Amino acid sequence: MTRSALLLLTDSRFPAGAHAHSAGLESAVAAGRVHDVASLHEFLLGRLHSAALVAASFAAVACQCEDPATLAELDHEHDVRLVSPALRSASRRLGRQMLRAARATWPGPRFELLASLSAEGPHQPLALGVTCAAAGLPAEDAALCAVQGTITAPAGAAIRLLGLDPNEVSGVLAKLAPAADRTAAKALTLARMSQLKNDFSLLPALGSPLLDLTAEDHVTWEVRLFAS
Amino acid sequence: MPAKTKTQTKTPDSPGTPPAPAAAAEPASSSRDGDRGRGSLRVGIGGPVGAGKTALVAALCRALSGELSVAVVTNDVYTDGDAEILLGQGVLEPERITAVQTGCSPQAAIRDDISANLEAVESLEAAFEPLDLVLIESGGDNLTTTFSKGLIDRQIFVIDVAGGDRVPRKGGPGITSSDLLVVNKTDLAPLVHADLDAMRRDATAQRSKGPGGVVRDNPLPTLFTSLSEHPEAPAVADWIRELIGERRTPARA
Repeated sequence: MTRSALLLLTDSRFPAGAHAHSAGLESAVAAGRVHDVASLHEFLLGRLHSAALVAASFAAVACQCEDPATLAELDHEHDVRLVSPALRSASRRLGRQMLRAARATWPGPRFELLASLSAEGPHQPLALGVTCAAAGLPAEDAALCAVQGTITAPAGAAIRLLGLDPNEVSGVLAKLAPAADRTAAKALTLARMSQLKNDFSLLPALGSPLLDLTAEDHVTWEVRLFAS
Repeated sequence: MPAKTKTQTKTPDSPGTPPAPAAAAEPASSSRDGDRGRGSLRVGIGGPVGAGKTALVAALCRALSGELSVAVVTNDVYTDGDAEILLGQGVLEPERITAVQTGCSPQAAIRDDISANLEAVESLEAAFEPLDLVLIESGGDNLTTTFSKGLIDRQIFVIDVAGGDRVPRKGGPGITSSDLLVVNKTDLAPLVHADLDAMRRDATAQRSKGPGGVVRDNPLPTLFTSLSEHPEAPAVADWIRELIGERRTPARA
């Protein structure tokens, strides 16, 4: 394992397609719910306690998984947690894009584990977990990466959509760092519990009903700047 | 050229809808949060390639450098070409113009990582204190170009008639939320069969909606210019004079 691999994977320049996704922020901005640094902080805190925990626990399990059947089960469990078809499709698209970048970056047989999954590709947290394994990173790092990705994508979108000062947005992310660490640690614990009981339905299933609804609305917009 | 008379009836380089004072009267909307209300007024000028951003910067320097202390930061895509054009026109002393390299990514330099531009603005402010106005020109980009509020106080988005009269209808952040939309090259309208009335209507409609779909009391201002006919862009210069005047009046708080 190498620390540099972790930094490479979390760098916003890693070409896995995240820059085109706002994770619901574009809708929140259009509705006026997020309009400044303070309301962005609230939005990200919400993501941290819901989507980030789910993604991180799935990434942690996927990172330790060496069996295609178990990954298929995990993929199904993640699928049923995404109520909005638009979000399901966005998650698989990001999974495909992550795999494309990761295969070229850390070539190896590990990615074959995902070959039998949906033709649409694996859900993003699974692709991330397997990528971490291929890069020699532990489950703990997979969870951290997932949490970080969940909040940096909408934070970057806010800089572009609202013209917020990028330095202030960095400050918001730094302020959320302790909570992000706690979310990753909690996700790791929940991942271990589900592995011990060999029951992945125990993994967290926290949703955001408003974001599910706005995601369905967002895909119908004639003019949108982000894919989700 | 008989067609030209027709253009002039559509008041090139005069306020579009509505006149600038209406916008100035609008209280702090989201696009005004960035105003530091002190120091130099920082105005970002963005828009597609060839719309006339550098020409507008040169025009504003001509119009304003006699009465205000002005400096310019350029963010050209490839070279310091924009800075050289300004130097060639002799509109400002060379020391008052700084070119920033953008690493092939002009949007990043004015929005996502503004550190190089902030450095440039701050060193100009330090060198020419007190500086009234800094014009920051973005590299030519597309309709999604916007400046970070951490870099500028107000932004002008420049499009041109020859780019097609459907551009205002297409929208995008530059069209919908810039503090001032400038539609340049109105003199070319008859030559490219552009419908200025349609552009005005579309611009007004696009600039009437704020966040959350709330309809603004007054649409954000749009000005139609022809820099070849009015090389000092008087309407845009007046818009800037008004902003400078506001900053000098403490009653604003």
